[in-house]
Amino acid sequence: MAEFLRMHGYAGYVWSAYAVFVVVLLADALAPLLARRQTLAALRGRLRREAARGARTGNPS
Amino acid sequence: MTPTRKRRLIAVGLVLLAVAAAATLTVFALGKYQTYLYSPSEVLAGKAPAGASFRLGGVVLEHSLQRAPDSLKVAFVVTDRFHELPVEYTGILPDLFREGQSIVATGRLDHGRFVAREVLAKHDETYMPKEVADAIAKAKAAQAHSAR
Amino acid sequence: MNRLVLWFHRLGSPPYFYRFAGRWLPWLYALALLTGAIGFYGGLVIAPADYQQGDSFRILYVHVPCAWMSLFAYAFMAGNGFVALVWRIKLAELLAMASAPIGAAFTFVTLVTGSIWGKPTWGTWWTWDARLTSELVLLFLYFGVIGLHQAIEDLRQAARAAAFLALVGVVNLPIIHYSVVWWNTLHQAQTVNLLGESKIDARMLWPLLVLAFATHVYFFASVLARTRAALLALESGKAWVRALVAPATEPAHG
Repeated sequence: MAEFLRMHGYAGYVWSAYAVFVVVLLADALAPLLARRQTLAALRGRLRREAARGARTGNPS
Repeated sequence: MTPTRKRRLIAVGLVLLAVAAAATLTVFALGKYQTYLYSPSEVLAGKAPAGASFRLGGVVLEHSLQRAPDSLKVAFVVTDRFHELPVEYTGILPDLFREGQSIVATGRLDHGRFVAREVLAKHDETYMPKEVADAIAKAKAAQAHSAR
Repeated sequence: MNRLVLWFHRLGSPPYFYRFAGRWLPWLYALALLTGAIGFYGGLVIAPADYQQGDSFRILYVHVPCAWMSLFAYAFMAGNGFVALVWRIKLAELLAMASAPIGAAFTFVTLVTGSIWGKPTWGTWWTWDARLTSELVLLFLYFGVIGLHQAIEDLRQAARAAAFLALVGVVNLPIIHYSVVWWNTLHQAQTVNLLGESKIDARMLWPLLVLAFATHVYFFASVLARTRAALLALESGKAWVRALVAPATEPAHG
């Protein structure tokens, strides 16, 4: 196991290359998730405000 | 297809054609002038820039590597199997540097010797486990032996 | 045939696409993760070390699939950009723009892992040979497309302008692919050939092919996820989006 992790002296190169791959793709995977959540939250807020305004004027649209 | 769509298709197509033509011309122009490296034959034919720095590419001739006993200075011969050029270098060689392997050296000519300030190893596109490489070498040796 | 055309038309409708993508996304992510794990295990543990490079050759398993994806993503982006420009299909614009950041990410990983690989094998982090330079140009093309898309206020106009730039940049794809043939480069020639023999041992090849499959699946998952998010933002005023959000706001009405 220790020899596997050492990669016969290439550990620094091999593991950093794999780390770059994992980190960048993880960031890429999270980006649309967060963007969609943000859009939905903004939309809910807007609908709630519209509903509240509609209730105040007694004119639900 | 509606006329507007057809017009768009033709317009986009024409622009792409123009760009492709421009790129092709650029590639051909680059092919003539952009030389990443020169072979020993080209250098000896005087095609490499004299007095300026350039890259030399070729195979390290077998049994030509000589290491200085007290410093990092090395000398070897680079060949393209037609012509040979002696190379001098002081520094650490890359892992893949070995006799019979391709290298790319950057430096300049000095009285018929190429004095390199950087030596890079070029690796080929073949990947195989060590035992397969050994088996191939053994088979080749056996073939050479039986041929003799 | 007719049903396929019909399905394509249905897919072009935003609410249908939104639901379709949402249904497929978890499966695609799971498939990419599973095949990716198998590929990594094969590449890091099962595949034997290379006779010349030893264990540093294992960087191949991240570098090469990413390099393939950097080209594939660009071709996908340009293809959708072409459809967007000629037929003005909203979904094609979104798909094209969604592939840009993913392609840029793959190109970035290709360049960085290639650099990490180059140091122990070649002896340098970087050299200006044709393959490395044209791949760097690809990264800048992606940045150009993303930048242009964000610089223009009107979302649909922005997508079309960026799609045009993407289409023009297609000329770089054959240059990258054939750079190792047309010029003397430090980068070695093609190892894996679709037609003809690959110059890699079978025990080393299969994890690479599995990882190529995994990254393709991941790409489509990410494109669908990004398109879905963009669709929601673009159509936020439409009834179907309101209906989607409404259940959460319903209690306010009492």
